Amino acid sequence: MDSLTVVAFASIITAGVTMALGAIGPALGEGMAAKHAVSAIAQQPDEKNTITRTLFVSLAMIESIAIYCFVISMILIFANPFWDHFAVLAKGG
Amino acid sequence: MEILRLNQISPDQVILFQWGFVHVSATLAYTWLIMGILLAFALLVGRRSTPDVKITRWQNLLEVVVGGIREQIHEISQEDPDHYMAFIGTLFLFIGLSNLLLIVPGYVAPTASLTTTAALAVTVFLAVPIYGISRNRMGYFREYFQPTFIFFPFHVMGELTRTLALAIRLFGNIMSHDKVIAILLAVTPLFFPVVMHALGLLIGMVQAYIFSILAMVYIASATQAHEEKQHTGKP
Repeated sequence: MDSLTVVAFASIITAGVTMALGAIGPALGEGMAAKHAVSAIAQQPDEKNTITRTLFVSLAMIESIAIYCFVISMILIFANPFWDHFAVLAKGG
Repeated sequence: MEILRLNQISPDQVILFQWGFVHVSATLAYTWLIMGILLAFALLVGRRSTPDVKITRWQNLLEVVVGGIREQIHEISQEDPDHYMAFIGTLFLFIGLSNLLLIVPGYVAPTASLTTTAALAVTVFLAVPIYGISRNRMGYFREYFQPTFIFFPFHVMGELTRTLALAIRLFGNIMSHDKVIAILLAVTPLFFPVVMHALGLLIGMVQAYIFSILAMVYIASATQAHEEKQHTGKP
């Protein structure tokens, strides 16, 4: 395999693995946050506004971890710097 | 959707016009469009607004939006919202409108580009010390050395990473939605992308809300942390 093939191979597999592993933690975290928020609203319906706002902010915080993984995998697939580097090398050499 | 191809990750790469060395990318053009819409709306409706009981429907919309933002700011900061309204309200309206226009064909949200979101996050990064110093004078800098001076680098690092997180979060959400729509259009062209577009409207508004709420929380933590201690410190 030449270096271009290796870069493509590694990038595609790593993108998939990044997304797969990176979605597990935030999914569990968001589920727990939503569960506790729902039970908190059930106990204190008067505090619904505060709980909902805090839930949204914390969900966004948790979800940003999954978004980081997504951005990494997008960069690996669509805007891979190593691919460009080796493509230039392969064309020149 | 055709304006941003699947293998282009950012609307910065789409050049709409070009005069000599001036390149107008899709990000720039649509940012101007949103600024124009917001300005025109505010000027047209604001000029004709009356304190009367009978109001036009546009003034009603303006009052609902502004009232909602003021209420949210007041709930977080527990003080007069006018002080923060100009900054937080602008952030919310700009991001919200740029995300809502996603349903218009041929439009690419400028928030799907990392340059726009980084610029917005930098304004928040600068606004925190500006509000903090204007409120607490030198007390703002004392916060960096709490509880001991060893924590100074961690405070600075925290400010930098939360700015980065603010930029990446908005960019990632909107860009990922763009990509999901583009991929779905290629796979199941007719019905399913419409449903995802409806979901995208929700995601866009939630992200605009989150961005402005987080900016408000950061500013409030800078302006209020010192005051509370002063109150409790007094006998």
